[in-house]
Amino acid sequence: MEIATLKNIASQVRRDIVRMVHGCQSGHPGGSLGCTDFFVALYGKQLKHNPKFSMDGKGEDLFFLSNGHISPVWYSTLARFGYFEAKELATFRKINSRLQGHPATEEHLEGIRIASGSLGQGLSVASGAAQAKKLNQDDHLVYVLMGDGEIQEGQVWEAAMYAAHHKIDNLVATIDVNGQQIDGATEEIMSLRDLGAKWRAFGWEVIESEGNDMEKILEGLQKAKSLAKKGKPVMNLMKTEMGFGVDFMMGSHKWHGVAPNDEQLAKALAQLPETLGDY
Amino acid sequence: MKSYPYTEKKDTRSGFGAGLVEVARQNPNVVALCADLTGSLKMDAFKKEFPERFFQVGIAEANMMGLAAGMTIGGKIPYTGTFANFSTGRVYDQIRQSIAYSGKNVKVCASHAGLTLGEDGATHQILEDLGMIRMLPHFTVINTCDYNQTKAATIAIADYPHPVYLRFGRPVLPVFTPADQKFEIGKAWHVNEGTDVTIVCTGHLVWEAIKAGEMLAQQGISADILDIHTIKPLDQTAILHSARKTRCVVTAEEHQINGGLGDAVAGLLARNLPTPVEMVAVQDSFGESGTPEQLMEKYGLTARHLIEKVLAVQKRK
Repeated sequence: MEIATLKNIASQVRRDIVRMVHGCQSGHPGGSLGCTDFFVALYGKQLKHNPKFSMDGKGEDLFFLSNGHISPVWYSTLARFGYFEAKELATFRKINSRLQGHPATEEHLEGIRIASGSLGQGLSVASGAAQAKKLNQDDHLVYVLMGDGEIQEGQVWEAAMYAAHHKIDNLVATIDVNGQQIDGATEEIMSLRDLGAKWRAFGWEVIESEGNDMEKILEGLQKAKSLAKKGKPVMNLMKTEMGFGVDFMMGSHKWHGVAPNDEQLAKALAQLPETLGDY
Repeated sequence: MKSYPYTEKKDTRSGFGAGLVEVARQNPNVVALCADLTGSLKMDAFKKEFPERFFQVGIAEANMMGLAAGMTIGGKIPYTGTFANFSTGRVYDQIRQSIAYSGKNVKVCASHAGLTLGEDGATHQILEDLGMIRMLPHFTVINTCDYNQTKAATIAIADYPHPVYLRFGRPVLPVFTPADQKFEIGKAWHVNEGTDVTIVCTGHLVWEAIKAGEMLAQQGISADILDIHTIKPLDQTAILHSARKTRCVVTAEEHQINGGLGDAVAGLLARNLPTPVEMVAVQDSFGESGTPEQLMEKYGLTARHLIEKVLAVQKRK
């Protein structure tokens, strides 16, 4: 898939995100917008995946979202890559929907393999799934995305220790380093300090990448993939800007979990070309 | 009263260890995870025979629950092993989100449950686990009574594609159920046919109920005894059938009076067949250090206590 095509899809996904969050007047636009380019790069270019979804995912790469609150970007990406029809995005967070506030398997939404929302659990799940792949002699990779605030949860570091000790080298983790969490900047709330040094000290291969530029995201993911299967799990520290693509949502934690009103929606959509047709 | 002669005594956790090896030989998808308690959980034989299917997690139970959930994606059937306290209270949110809500085929296997853990004291003697896990949608909750039943249950749950909590313990107790039994999940075992009082028991209290039944028989009281090894889903038919016959019920479990088997049975009866109920259980307190026998006596979980409750409940008919 060409870079220009991926950029077009990303614009539509951003429209979907702000429209979904506006439609139910709840949800998390900031992190979703910040990670849009990553999701589109992942599903458009990086993952070997099958939109004819199977829970076991044998013979394909797997992706897990640990910071489940950015569900809008994942749902839109899955829909735009053929897992289910885009019109279903209109049901987000509404009663009787398969698109729960946080991702879930209970309603059998194609593309989701584990519930997430309560933070800090995805790296453990991804590590287990990666070990199952090894037992099954399936040489595909397992990807997982976490938030940077999320890694304040202790379980993340249990999993970090485990994955290195057990040489789970078919695992590529990405942290969305946007420096923001609900109450403010991560450096003010609970300093993360030197993330690269932390993960290296735990025994991971660490790369750093830019997360709001399609070419650079793909470069980062390709580099991460090239480092896989060499005896260590791989950590991709990806710098993003929360709210990226909508000028008044950028550079602040304030749009972490707030929905735009009608006027703000119109202002946001004016900045995001409709490339694939709104749902 | 039917007699239950026995020739040996064993711990239920050893039944788990033996069952795990046997089911792993039958089913190549069975894998095991342990949080630094391989010896205590009797998982050494599995580790020796299937080293590539055994995962040492270290002292990190939250991670273990997530790993197990992940391993089901790809068709594995993970059995996690640690003490009951660290299998439930410590990791409740991980079990709730990554296993129960996600509908994952994980077998949470919990040893050293209840007071009979003994000298380690209340930090380790969890008495709330049945209640916590019973409240989670999709979970099946099993509490076995002897070595053979634990072994049979360990084997049976592999072919049952749902999350299971399997609770067993540390003390050495008579082996009184058949070695060749077929374990039927959700189906009560009718220990004794009786007419005067129903005793609904689980886990280590089943042997106490048998002793109580023998003593009651000498007093001319005929006890209908049901082993409810599967606390969820509850065998409603068996319990209601027995209560209809005897018109009074005593429950017995190594657990808090709140949230466990007694509450499950009382709720069932209140909704369907209001019947007097007395409960043998820990009375809303923590345990303490001591020998298992001393603790069961002090906290009221013996055959003698069961008999007291039987006499009391009969007066309420």
